[in-house]
Amino acid sequence: MTGFEFAVGLLYLASASLFVVGLHQMRAPSTARTGNLISAGGMVIAVLTTVVYSLVAAGGDWIAWVALAAGSIVGAVFGVSQARTIRMTAIPQLVSVFNAVGGGAAAAVAFAAFVLPTTNARLELTVSIPVTLDVLIGSVTFSGSLIAAAKLQGIISGKPVTFRGAAVVNVIVALIAIASGVAAIVLPRNTALLVVMLVASLALGVLMVLPIGGADAPVVVSLLNAFTGLAVAMAGFAIDNQALIIAGALVGAAGTILTLQMAAAMNRSVLSIILGGFGTGDAEVGAGSDDDDLSQIRSLSSDDVAIQLAYARHVLIVPGYGLAAAQAQHEVAALAALLIAHGVDVKYAIHPVAGRMPGHMNVLLAESNVPYEQMLQLDDANAAFDNCDVALVIGANDVCNPDARTPGNVVSGMPILDADHAKAVVVIKRSMRPGYAGINNPLFTNPKTGMFFADAKKGLADITASVKEYVSA
Amino acid sequence: MQALFGNLAIFVLALLVGVEVIGKIPSTLHTPMMSGANAIHGVVVAGAVVTASLANSPVGYVLTFIAGALAAANVFGGYVVTDRILKMFTKPKGPAAVATGKDES
Repeated sequence: MTGFEFAVGLLYLASASLFVVGLHQMRAPSTARTGNLISAGGMVIAVLTTVVYSLVAAGGDWIAWVALAAGSIVGAVFGVSQARTIRMTAIPQLVSVFNAVGGGAAAAVAFAAFVLPTTNARLELTVSIPVTLDVLIGSVTFSGSLIAAAKLQGIISGKPVTFRGAAVVNVIVALIAIASGVAAIVLPRNTALLVVMLVASLALGVLMVLPIGGADAPVVVSLLNAFTGLAVAMAGFAIDNQALIIAGALVGAAGTILTLQMAAAMNRSVLSIILGGFGTGDAEVGAGSDDDDLSQIRSLSSDDVAIQLAYARHVLIVPGYGLAAAQAQHEVAALAALLIAHGVDVKYAIHPVAGRMPGHMNVLLAESNVPYEQMLQLDDANAAFDNCDVALVIGANDVCNPDARTPGNVVSGMPILDADHAKAVVVIKRSMRPGYAGINNPLFTNPKTGMFFADAKKGLADITASVKEYVSA
Repeated sequence: MQALFGNLAIFVLALLVGVEVIGKIPSTLHTPMMSGANAIHGVVVAGAVVTASLANSPVGYVLTFIAGALAAANVFGGYVVTDRILKMFTKPKGPAAVATGKDES
């Protein structure tokens, strides 16, 4: 080992350490931003080291370096402009697009590692196996993530898209991908085989995500994030680069943990989400929209809600998917600010999967200048409900369904917010339509609950106007 | 073979470190964490650099361009958007800042 190689190794070690330290700093809001900058510092070191090392060790062709520079500029301009302008409600789509490009880049790197050697000899297994896995995983991630982003953005219907014989087509495409992959490993080096696998994998990514419902899309984004990490790690094995292996493994772990936590918070297994997409059908979606208990529903006007809120001492707001979908985060913050100014204690009770991805609701509220201290996580919120005068549920349904406490239904055992422990409950909802789980919510027919049927954005604005009138009068 | 096991050991240990570190992050910060992890897999841009150093044919140039463009979008966009999200969590908020929302309504 030369002194130069020693320095390169040390710098890679430093960058990997900075990634870990950066992620570690993300465990508290006060240090998280610094953590991201530390991680970015690790990135700069890793990339600059690789540039210097590659120039010294391999040199290469100037046209290739021009191609790299041109590509990087195009990519950087696209990435930065998207990152600067994206609305906070659309963050899940952007994360999905970055998964796609990351997976695609990893696949391209592996593809090049397979195609570029000038000899026709079979590659060593330590190269060909990670290369094939990388092309497979990277391509599935690329096409699958783009479909997931399109579903979240509403370009493609959020409903599961299926067609007759989908299961058979899926199996055939998967078999083609695996067979050509195995052939690419065991036969003499043959680019055509890898191209067949690339195309089959791209098709597989589309086929895998298309049938998954829009509500499951965030779980899929998280899973594909883990896949991207794996693809990058495989690229690291293929070109023997430890920075890629370590960073890829870290992301793989992050994606896997989030996927499992999300699935648990939605009371589903990851397998049932993916296989549900593979043609077995989401039986519960749309089922059981019976309205037998409608007579027991107490419907409120915005004035009723305003008086109830203004007279309360402790109010807990339960924001749900409907609030994010209606982009009403600013309206809810305005109402809360008004109530706080009137002397009411207002806090937010946030379910782990409220919004469109884990922690998304916290981001939306932070964007509306809601202080971090006002956001209560599940356990703290449930302790606070016992002492709460009014629970204001906005566009949330399954996450506060008391049926989760009793066995024998689809939400049994799901962690919920105990909104029914509050002295009174107000629910802002567009209709009595069941939530994602497709079952009725006894909270809505509870005698202490009042329903205010409105779109979250308009409903909150109306309530705020009523409170203003009431307070000034 | 020795190199392979060295790399495998690094891979497995990094996975375990990842599980340990990520598991401690509160659900409040899961969105920026995922976005931050997203930026970290942009390290694949280093892979694109290696590809550039090996490329000496039109196919190689095209693959280098594709890998560079995709990876750069990932790494630059990922860090910028994560910083944008986290800036909202760390900006100072007194009671005065709470009473905004004036531009809405």
